[in-house]
Amino acid sequence: MKFDASSIVPLYQQIADQFTAGILSGAFPEDTQIPSTTEVARTYAINPATVLKGMNVLVEAGLIEKRRGIGMFVTAGAQETLRKKRKHDFYADRITALVAAAKALDISKAELVAAIEEGYEQ
Amino acid sequence: MSKLEFKQVTRTFGNKKVLRGVNMTWEPGQLYGLLGRNGAGKSTLMNIVNNRLFPTAGKVLLDGKSVTENADAQNRIFLMSAAMLYPGDSRIEQLFTLTKQMYGAFDDPLAAHLAKAFGLDPHQRFRKLSTGYRTIAKLIIALCVPCEFVMLDEPVLGLDANNREIFYQELANTFANKPRTFIIASHLIEEIENLVTHVFVLDGGTITLDEDVAELTAKGRVVTGPTALVHEWLGGTCVLREVPLGGMLTAYTLDAPLEKPVPAGVTVGGMDLQQMYLELTRNGGGVDDD
Repeated sequence: MKFDASSIVPLYQQIADQFTAGILSGAFPEDTQIPSTTEVARTYAINPATVLKGMNVLVEAGLIEKRRGIGMFVTAGAQETLRKKRKHDFYADRITALVAAAKALDISKAELVAAIEEGYEQ
Repeated sequence: MSKLEFKQVTRTFGNKKVLRGVNMTWEPGQLYGLLGRNGAGKSTLMNIVNNRLFPTAGKVLLDGKSVTENADAQNRIFLMSAAMLYPGDSRIEQLFTLTKQMYGAFDDPLAAHLAKAFGLDPHQRFRKLSTGYRTIAKLIIALCVPCEFVMLDEPVLGLDANNREIFYQELANTFANKPRTFIIASHLIEEIENLVTHVFVLDGGTITLDEDVAELTAKGRVVTGPTALVHEWLGGTCVLREVPLGGMLTAYTLDAPLEKPVPAGVTVGGMDLQQMYLELTRNGGGVDDD
């Protein structure tokens, strides 16, 4: 994991994002324990309160859960939830932005579709 | 849980007024950064809390009672600084024992762990250690005392990059395991900005900034682009500094109009704590108090 102090993204959100990416990639598999707040704080010399705030973002999103007396675990179905969300975000953000950018450059619908088809063939 | 309050703390040396009415509060279980230029009075302030110096006026209160000549309060406060208050020919392990006698407790297992992590042999005599290892010996003591308020004045003095990393990691670890308040006065801001959650800036003898790091970094922006476009986008917002270079302008601000769309050609980036501190204290500096 790597954290950028001059990023506009707050540190706790960067922690949440990195764990999310880890769950999505399978680095933190479902139903397995993720590193504790203390372990993350120690490894990256980050204030434990900031780490906890980042972890809580994942708890609220239902991606991890606390198992009393043991620690935090990746929930069953977390990876699928994330994949669905990424797909939704892709259509909502990327496609809208792509079409807007194409329009600004006078690229027609047919031209854009042709370019996408070409991209798939590569 | 107790807090430490500064009320109009003032200190003069001859006709030099180093502290001119410092007001701030240290809450329990926090990691604070105390920042300031050379000679700003950080050491003076910490020495007053620890009774190595006395205020000319004003008070430092713990549980509402002055810490000055208050043995009970002093037992709950620790200051690690460049000054060496122990007999120099003592062995490190003897310093641990001495500290335990003074403060009533000492985290022996943690001290053993830290000595191993830093590669410090506790049988060695303090005066035979290098500058870096003297700092390490003092740091180990500071992390193992049972005090609720631990002030670290230049905690990484003489430490190489590897040992600084070990220190920051061990500090995060012991803080997570046993929350108490640490106040770090350091010039290596970029190394502590993920560790401290709140900063105080001492400038011109008073606290000029008292804010959460998260809130500061949420506000700090570096705006770059063609001069006219940058000015137009910023409008009348308060700018900390402008750096022109040919037709390009870089502006540092805490009040960027983030609700306005950014024009093409202008980039808006974040500002880290070090940069923000530089911009806020650029004209400051103080009288030397060391």
